[in-house]
Amino acid sequence: MIIQALAFYLFAGILTLSSLMVITARNPVHSVLFLILTFFNSAGLFILLGAEFVGMIMVIVYVGAVAVLFLFVVMMLDISFADLRKGAMQYVPIGLFIGAVLLTELVLVYGAWQFAPDVGLNLAAPAMRFEDATNAESLGQVLYTDYVLAFQLAGLILFVAMVGAIVLTLRKRPSVRKQSVAEQQRRKAEDVLEMHKITPGTGI
Amino acid sequence: MIDFNLIPLLPEIFLSLIGMGLLIVGVSEGNRSTRVICWAAAAGFAIAALILLGVGWETRSVLNGMFVMDKFAGFMKLLILIGLIASVALSVRYLVQEGMERFEFPILIIFAGIGMMIMVSANNLLALYMGLELQALSLYVLAAFQRNSVRSSEAGIKYFVLGALSSGMLLFGMSLIYGFTGSIDFGVIGRTLGELNAIPFGVTFGLVFMLAGLAFKISAVPFHMWTPDVYQGAPTAVTALFAIVPKVAAFALLMRLLFEPFMALSDQWLQIIYFLSLMSMVVGAFAAIAQDNIKRLLAYSSIGNMGYALIGIVAGTASGAGAVVLYLMIYMVMTAGVFAVVLSMRRQGLAVYKISDLSGLSKTAPTLAYAMAILMFSMSGIPPAAGFFGKLLVFNAAVTEGYYILATLGILTSVVAAYYYLRVIKVMFFDEPIDEFDKDMPFARRAVLLISILFVLGFVIKPSVFIENSLSAAASLFTG
Repeated sequence: MIIQALAFYLFAGILTLSSLMVITARNPVHSVLFLILTFFNSAGLFILLGAEFVGMIMVIVYVGAVAVLFLFVVMMLDISFADLRKGAMQYVPIGLFIGAVLLTELVLVYGAWQFAPDVGLNLAAPAMRFEDATNAESLGQVLYTDYVLAFQLAGLILFVAMVGAIVLTLRKRPSVRKQSVAEQQRRKAEDVLEMHKITPGTGI
Repeated sequence: MIDFNLIPLLPEIFLSLIGMGLLIVGVSEGNRSTRVICWAAAAGFAIAALILLGVGWETRSVLNGMFVMDKFAGFMKLLILIGLIASVALSVRYLVQEGMERFEFPILIIFAGIGMMIMVSANNLLALYMGLELQALSLYVLAAFQRNSVRSSEAGIKYFVLGALSSGMLLFGMSLIYGFTGSIDFGVIGRTLGELNAIPFGVTFGLVFMLAGLAFKISAVPFHMWTPDVYQGAPTAVTALFAIVPKVAAFALLMRLLFEPFMALSDQWLQIIYFLSLMSMVVGAFAAIAQDNIKRLLAYSSIGNMGYALIGIVAGTASGAGAVVLYLMIYMVMTAGVFAVVLSMRRQGLAVYKISDLSGLSKTAPTLAYAMAILMFSMSGIPPAAGFFGKLLVFNAAVTEGYYILATLGILTSVVAAYYYLRVIKVMFFDEPIDEFDKDMPFARRAVLLISILFVLGFVIKPSVFIENSLSAAASLFTG
């Protein structure tokens, strides 16, 4: 028990500190690296909760794909983050105000939190149904049965995201010169070259 | 899972197959197939509507209770499909004129349509969110569709950022509700909340956050900031789509949510909806006066109209809900007609949007001017046009329940709003004529305008057909 508590405070502490560093670090690459640390720690918290599948997904998807993508974007785009931050100071007071209001609300809500009288009976998939199953197994049991509609809709959403990304970014650039092998092969010397005999001192 | 039955989902399944099939056609044929795909999409919506009429509208929920089909859902989906057909028909020529003929346009509209239909039928917080996001994601892309225009990109980004924020609030609210009740199913939530003696803090907070997220989607004040900018910046065909359809879906979602799972909390949400309704009417009426861009004017007009429609929800009765359904139907048809006119405001191949550009329209293009005048009269609620009946029923529902102040304010603000609708008529009929508009009005746009005018004028002949259908559709929300 004590080890669990220790692990929790360790993960939670590093999580909070590193997420603070994400927004305060001067160098954007450092920010992204701290973000990765944050993801790792939240994965640790999920494992402590017994949700090992979500924890692993967190590492694979967020660290493996999202954060690396961020890193690429930060390194490849020529954005001066210092310039972006310049005007940000004037929003600090209102930001702090809204933050304070939200914090008060959260304290109010969670300080007096209570559950519905027999909340256990309402749960969609009571834990005993999958007593001996691992996370992945129990997810597999419900994902394609009880939640098939949500699963298919998520697929449609990703599909729209893909179509949207292509619509907004793919453009034909007539000004860019590309190599066309067929065209190169078709060209004949007599089409493009003109031979002139020039006697010295006359010009064309 | 016992209730595995795909029959009620057939229209949505059909539309998604059509959407993917048309995408394949588009990819192989390229952008020159845009027109064909647009018309195929419109035909797809029409067939989906026929399928919808065939699946039966008796109340039943399927797929683990996630998807519900009842008379209300059927009726609202029918409205959405009709609105989608109208907006596709309006946009075909516009795409050609503005040089944004790209085959993804109708395909994104199809997917937005599926999202809206899921929203109407959602019987579970998860299905609700999925439908909402499917719809919103397609609309973000559509708003930024005109990539060469800075305004369009700005509209897309603005809509996306604020939409993401509102989704965040919605999700936070949902998490609080789920945390309290332990379920995401509307039926279970409704039952659990109904058995409570006192409403705990957390539930109220959850409700407030969810309503804030949804108020953004229907652009009710104070969550309306995005509307004028997005309406102005987005390509006009997309603005027409925004004004005609998504609000019907968002309203249907809001009504199901408030009248089914959260009926027990009506004391709590009543104050919020009351405030949203009041503020939307006032801001919609007064802010529109200063506008000189017709698209911004219509944005504020839509904010005001959402305020009037919310009055019916405040009334909280089946007849109030029926009035909302009728109001949305009439608003949808009128807006489609108005945008048919706005899309025809072009000089020498360039679109113009100033209200002053309409001046003297009665001399240069009398038919268009009279059509617009009829629509403006209807929008401002002057009898015997259809707009009058929508307002009448909504105010009547509020008065029956004793909300005199709200009804009075509604009437006062609609008098203020009448000023800017009538100003458009004044500019068209009494100002000096300027250069005339381009004469090529495509057949589809004429057809939409004609149907809209016929509806607005013909409504008075047999209003009972529409009123009874709306009332019985809304009544199905209250029986379950």
